[in-house]
Formats: sequence, C-alpha cells, structure tokens
Amino acid sequence: MIGLTHYLTVAAALFVIGIFGIFLNRKNVIVILMSIELMLLAVNINLVAFSAFLNDLTGQVFTMFVLTVAAAEAAIGLAILVTFFRNRGTIDVEDVNVMKG
Amino acid sequence: MSADLSVILPEIALSVFAMAGLLWGAYTGKDRSAPMLLWATVAAFLALALWIGLNGDGTQRAFGGMFVDDAFARFAKVAILVSAAAVLLMGEGYMARRGILKFEYPVLIALSVVGMMVMVSASDLIVLYMGLELQSLALYVIAAIRRDSARSTEAGLKYFVLGALSSGLLLYGASLTYGFAGTTQFAGIVAAAGGAEHLPLGLLLGLAFLFTGLAFKVSAVPFHMWTPDVYEGAPTPVTAFFATAPKIAAMALFARVAHDAFGGATRDWGQIVAFLAVASMFLGSIAAIGQRNIKRLMAYSSIGHMGFALIGLAAGTAQGVSAMLVYMAIYVAMNIGTFAFILSMEKDGRPVTDIASLNQYARREPTKALAMLVLLFSLAGVPPLLGFFAKFAVLAAAVHAGMTWLAVAGVIASVIGAFYYLRIVYFIYFGDEREPLDPVRSPVLSGLLIASALVMVLGVANLFGVDVQAAVAAEALVR
Repeated sequence: MIGLTHYLTVAAALFVIGIFGIFLNRKNVIVILMSIELMLLAVNINLVAFSAFLNDLTGQVFTMFVLTVAAAEAAIGLAILVTFFRNRGTIDVEDVNVMKG
Repeated sequence: MSADLSVILPEIALSVFAMAGLLWGAYTGKDRSAPMLLWATVAAFLALALWIGLNGDGTQRAFGGMFVDDAFARFAKVAILVSAAAVLLMGEGYMARRGILKFEYPVLIALSVVGMMVMVSASDLIVLYMGLELQSLALYVIAAIRRDSARSTEAGLKYFVLGALSSGLLLYGASLTYGFAGTTQFAGIVAAAGGAEHLPLGLLLGLAFLFTGLAFKVSAVPFHMWTPDVYEGAPTPVTAFFATAPKIAAMALFARVAHDAFGGATRDWGQIVAFLAVASMFLGSIAAIGQRNIKRLMAYSSIGHMGFALIGLAAGTAQGVSAMLVYMAIYVAMNIGTFAFILSMEKDGRPVTDIASLNQYARREPTKALAMLVLLFSLAGVPPLLGFFAKFAVLAAAVHAGMTWLAVAGVIASVIGAFYYLRIVYFIYFGDEREPLDPVRSPVLSGLLIASALVMVLGVANLFGVDVQAAVAAEALVR
C-alpha cells in the first residue's frame, strides 16, 4: 500500500536533487533551469498528495497556480538567458563572472 | 462578490493601468511615448497612495479570508507606492540619456508594485505566492532591462536563478504548512499551531522553509549573496528601486507571515529571526568596509539595515512590528536621497560609481555635499538625525521584549557600520584633488536629495506622525 509518506519521500528526494542541481552543477545554465523546474514539480507532488490525503481541494488548486507560474518563470528565465548569451556568447556557469561575488 | 472586489479595487485599478499602458506601448510601437507613460505611472502611484491612505478604515477581508485590507497593509502600501513613485521619477533622466527608457520600464514597475500590494495584503499561502511571483518575475526582467550590457544581463540571470531557488524553498514550506495545518489560510494555520508549547514538527519544517524563502527576498544573511552583484550590475535607477519598495514589501510580508500565520509560535521563530538579524547586521557592516563601488557598498548597507529591521520583528511584539515599520519608512526615505545623489554622479556624461571619485566634492557643491553628509550620518545612525531614532526604536523594542543581547549586538554592529559611511564623508570633504565630477543639472535629483536630507533633520520633531500610523498598523497585525 502506497501511503502519504511515500509521496512525501519522493517529493523530498526530487526537491533535494533540484537544490543540488543548482549548486553542484558547474556546466550549463540550462541545467539550472531544469533543476528549478524539478523543485517546483516536487512541491506539486507534495501538494497533490496532501490534497488527496486531507480530502481537500485547495492543494490541487494551489498546484494549478504553481504550474502556471512555473511556465511563466521558465519563459522569463530563458529570455534572460538569451540576452545573456547574446552579450557573452556562452551559457557556461563558470562564465557568469563579470562581477565577483 | 462586489464587496470582495471593492476591497481589492486599488490592485485591480493598477493592474488595468499597467495592461492599458502595455497595449498602448505595443500598438504605438515606439519608446518615444515612454516618458509620458512614466509620468502617468508616477501620477497613478501617487493617486493610489492618497486613495488608500485616506479612504480605508478597519479590517476588511475578501474572497473567503484570502485577502485582507487592514491598517498594516495600508501602511505598507502607501510606503511602497510613494517610494516607487519617487524612484521612478528620479530615474527618468538617467534612463533616457542612456537610451534604456523603454515603455516596458514603467509598465514592469507598475506590475511589480501590484505584486507587492498583493503580498502585503495576503492572508493565504496561495495569494502570498501569487503576489510574490508577480513582483519577482517583473523584477527579474527589470534587472536585465539593459539588454546590450553584459553586467545588466548577468545581474538579471543571477537574480533570476537565486530568486527562483528562494521561491522554490518558500513553496516547499508552503506545501508542508498546508499539509500539516490542513489549510492554506493564515487564520487556520494559527488555529492548527496554537495551544501547544512548541509547533508540531511538520509545521516547524514548513515554517523554516517559508522563512528561508522570505529571508532571500529581504536579502538577510546567509541568503544575501545575490544582493551585491544585482545592485552593481543593474542600471542605477533599477538598483534604487530594488533598495526601496521591494524591501518594504518583503519585510511587511515577513511580518505578516510571522504574526498572522504563526502568531502563536513567537518563541519558535523569534530565535530564527534574531539569528538572521545579527548575521545581517554584522556582515552588512563588515563586508561593506572593503567596497570601492558605491552601488556595491549600498548593497551591503541595505543588508545591514534589513538586519536592524529584523530586530523589530524578532522582538515578537506589537511594539517591535511598529518599530520595524518606522525603521523601513525612514530607511526608504534615506535611500531615496542617497540614490538621487548616486544617480547624479557622472563624469563626462558617463556614470561613475567609484567612491574615490567624490574627492573634495564639497569644494564645488557645498549644498549637495552637506545634504549627502546629513544622509550618510543618518544612515550610520548618528544622533540627532532621523536614522538614529529608527535604530533606537528597534533596539528599545528588543530590550522591552527581554532580548537585551540582541540590542547590544545591534549597537556594536552600528558602530562598526558607521566607519564606511564616514569614509565616504571623508572623501567628500577631504581626500586628494582629482578630476571633478560633472555638475548636477537635474532639478529632480537635487530636489529629492535635499528634500530627503531635510526630512532627516526636520523629522526629528515628530517623525511626521509616521510612528503613530505605524503603531496603529502594528496593532492591526499583532493581536
């Protein structure tokens, strides 16, 4: 029997993979965008699992909002990445370094 | 239903204005109309600030308690709108001369202000998230508005990646809070959390993630690493905007979540916020010492100031929230004047940000140098200027709440922080003779600089009644 804990565990694992994808990735900014998407989808699993468990629709409504915002966020992220690429000719994470810090 | 709509009428009006501006700009297709749109946006902001400030009274809830309009939200909204209007106004000349005054700029600012207004009125995790994202998505684009500049786009990219990460953390916290409280409404979360000595583990985890996300947005240490790069890379008017309105909104949202949703668990989050406050104050004070770029320096300055404002929140009392609101209002007034000065720093028509270029500035522009001196002393918290009273209010709130150690840490941090402000004063009045900066031509910039300095001196009498309003606002939030 698959219960709430299983869903929460999967979501937590995906979320952590997403965070590590942002911090450990040294190659490519696109991978960072994918990691962000992974984090948001992990949250969605959480919300839907809780929604089913609690017999309460709010969580699923929340998921719809999150999905919509995630799409807008990906669009803006890619747009900024394109302008960055036009200026620098690269999207390597190591080259995002005009300013130190 | 119409009663619900009347509560969010200011937000609807501003959204419609932004959409209309966008359509108009897209159809006329020219950035020629951008200055006019910018002025219209300033007028809209000021009109809404008057409307909200004069009309509202009491606490009204809408949409089944998802959205709340109370004295706290109104205080924050008026501060957001007025500071956004001032920043928009003073950036116009700078943006126009560099050819980046596109019609999207005022529209994006208006949209982000809608997001901020929703944030401070949120009374439900979904509304909180939507407001926060509307604000953030607009801000990412504004940071990268100078499309042909490597620095500006890099600032936008860094802000986007870390902002999205923080949204993700906040959202994960929201999902846990929803799951363990069984509702997304703040009132329901308080009820679920109330009673027990400590929060249940699930809610505590949710609280920790929510606060992490919020700490990113107010750029509190250890979640501050995006701030210096974004401040340095973004065009200066945009930096000025980042340092004012979004900070008020994020801080107000922080207080809203802490007191409205987790009001019964002050002891649980008070420690977290106190840690954020101490870390931010010290890092802001110490890291700024090595900075030569005034925009980077202002980034660390803002980190330090956020630390002080968080002291008020850490106190966990109505007095603390009131002190925090007063602090934010004074901080924003100081920052508007300081950034008006930074915007006017030019050599041969190009902006300069090196603080050494200010050498002996006072010899050529004594009035403006004096105004800047007043502002820097006020930022450092030197009595008898207004900045001192801001710091005094939060420290007093901490002492009253029995957190004397926090107040002592605040005093030490502010003494360390005074050093780098005084060094700028040293450059302005002494320093070596260098090539002078261009004389300031813009009456808007000089006017705002001098007005802001006058506020710092004259406000000492009665703080212009802001403290009374802040106390009313805090009473509405902390019950």
